[in-house]
Amino acid sequence: MGRMTITEEHARAYGFTDLPALMGLMTGDEKHGPAATSTLDVLWVLYDRVLRAGPERMDDPGRDRFLLSKGHGPMAYYAVLAAKGFLPVDWLPGFGSYDSPLGHHPDRVLVPGAEIGSGSLGHGLPIAVGTALGLRAQGLHEPRVWTLVGDAELDEGSNHEAIAFAGPAGLDRLHTVVVDNASASYARPGGIAARFEAAGWSALTVDGRDHEALYAAFTAPHPGRPHAVVARVEPKTA
Amino acid sequence: MDTMRDRFAPAVTRLLDEDPRVAVVLAEIGVADFTEALRQHPDRVVNVGIREQLLVGAAAGMALTGLRPVVHTFASFLVERPFEQVKLDLGHQDVGAVLVSAAASFDWPAGGYTHMAPGDVALLDTLDGWTVHVPGHPDEAETLLRRAVAAGDDKVYVRLSLQANARGLPVDGGRFRTVREGRSGVVVAVGPLLDAVLEATEGLDVTVLYATTVRPFDAAGLRRATGAAGADVVLVEPYLAGTSTAAANDALADVPHRVLGLGVGRAELRRYGRIDEHVAAHGLDARSLRARIGGFVGPAPERA
Repeated sequence: MGRMTITEEHARAYGFTDLPALMGLMTGDEKHGPAATSTLDVLWVLYDRVLRAGPERMDDPGRDRFLLSKGHGPMAYYAVLAAKGFLPVDWLPGFGSYDSPLGHHPDRVLVPGAEIGSGSLGHGLPIAVGTALGLRAQGLHEPRVWTLVGDAELDEGSNHEAIAFAGPAGLDRLHTVVVDNASASYARPGGIAARFEAAGWSALTVDGRDHEALYAAFTAPHPGRPHAVVARVEPKTA
Repeated sequence: MDTMRDRFAPAVTRLLDEDPRVAVVLAEIGVADFTEALRQHPDRVVNVGIREQLLVGAAAGMALTGLRPVVHTFASFLVERPFEQVKLDLGHQDVGAVLVSAAASFDWPAGGYTHMAPGDVALLDTLDGWTVHVPGHPDEAETLLRRAVAAGDDKVYVRLSLQANARGLPVDGGRFRTVREGRSGVVVAVGPLLDAVLEATEGLDVTVLYATTVRPFDAAGLRRATGAAGADVVLVEPYLAGTSTAAANDALADVPHRVLGLGVGRAELRRYGRIDEHVAAHGLDARSLRARIGGFVGPAPERA
């Protein structure tokens, strides 16, 4: 599959380098700190090169699902959805306003392409487990299910219910990307990947700013097992 | 007599056979009853282990893919423990499921307070769009379970209990049923408390309505009954006392009325024992009910 770094929407093509400007429509500033962009590279590589999903197939039962569990700080997510044509760019300036579909936490009922609403932490991974189960039960073995969680979000016990179940259940269509900006107050080095591995997942840890490394980790084979990618970015408090 | 829960797994197993959308999600409790169903439908009967947040979250994910999940465990662990999952993973995600609980308010008194959930219906009342069925007999439970599963993508709660009336009545999944007609008050008996209410109101000139679907609340049915029987209303509910008082008040907002809400008390008894002992402790046995209902709808005491 050839690499595609830009997409077209109404004759306007957006690439990765356009994302800060799209985020700027929401924040009023094209400069963003590491916290606001911690998910940006992961989201771009997923939507640009990995997910078999797009605005033309939002209702296709065979599409890949991406569930943003870490709903806080969704500007990067909205920017990528706009760049990929899921939602109009002219929605972005209204971010957070009463009439805008784009809140500070996303609502799947309002945001085209958003598979879930999120905000309260620890909900996406259990729902992703159910999505993988539901697809399997309907004989839909092709679509892959992805969820994005934050490293501190893993504090929530609900994630560990899902992690501990999905490995032994052999949910090999399930994928979790953990954006690790070292924001958990209590953590041990290597602890995230070890948690997933102990539960029978395949797990890789990569540089969360390196698109080639992310792509390789996202597409690594993991037969019979769910797959976790820990994407390390700059520490939140650095 | 068999129990409501005895009917649950066979009824849902038939639904699994009939409807490819139906799935069952369990958290260890009740798994043995689904052994055959699990063999027949290994991808649509899922046991997530003792993980109730995942129980509801996974059901929501299945619903997002188009399935109709039936989710079962004890009421304490189905509604109370994963309440935020019920609120967000179902309600906020705008998907439906059928939650079927067992153990009710005090079906296992010897198990103590950890296994009692008198507040389940009141908790669901804080959310929008839930249908709540409270069958009073295994036959009614089976009918209401089928209706619940067939209700599109609705959010439905079915509250099964070991407490039951001696005979089942026809239930339509919506309206209150007039069981007795009188002229000086309306008593709404919910689910398993009908027999006790009928015994308690023997000889009293009151209308008795039987409610097996309490949400949405049959406001029109209550209003109709008060037209002939007057607007003194007693609610007798097998969960937290007063759970439906606001709904009855709303139904009668434009007429002078009085409402007495009877049910399970808030106070933790810290008692074990048998169901009948807890029924009596909460004043829900026929003798206590007669005194409380008679005192409310009866003639005012003469002034000294």
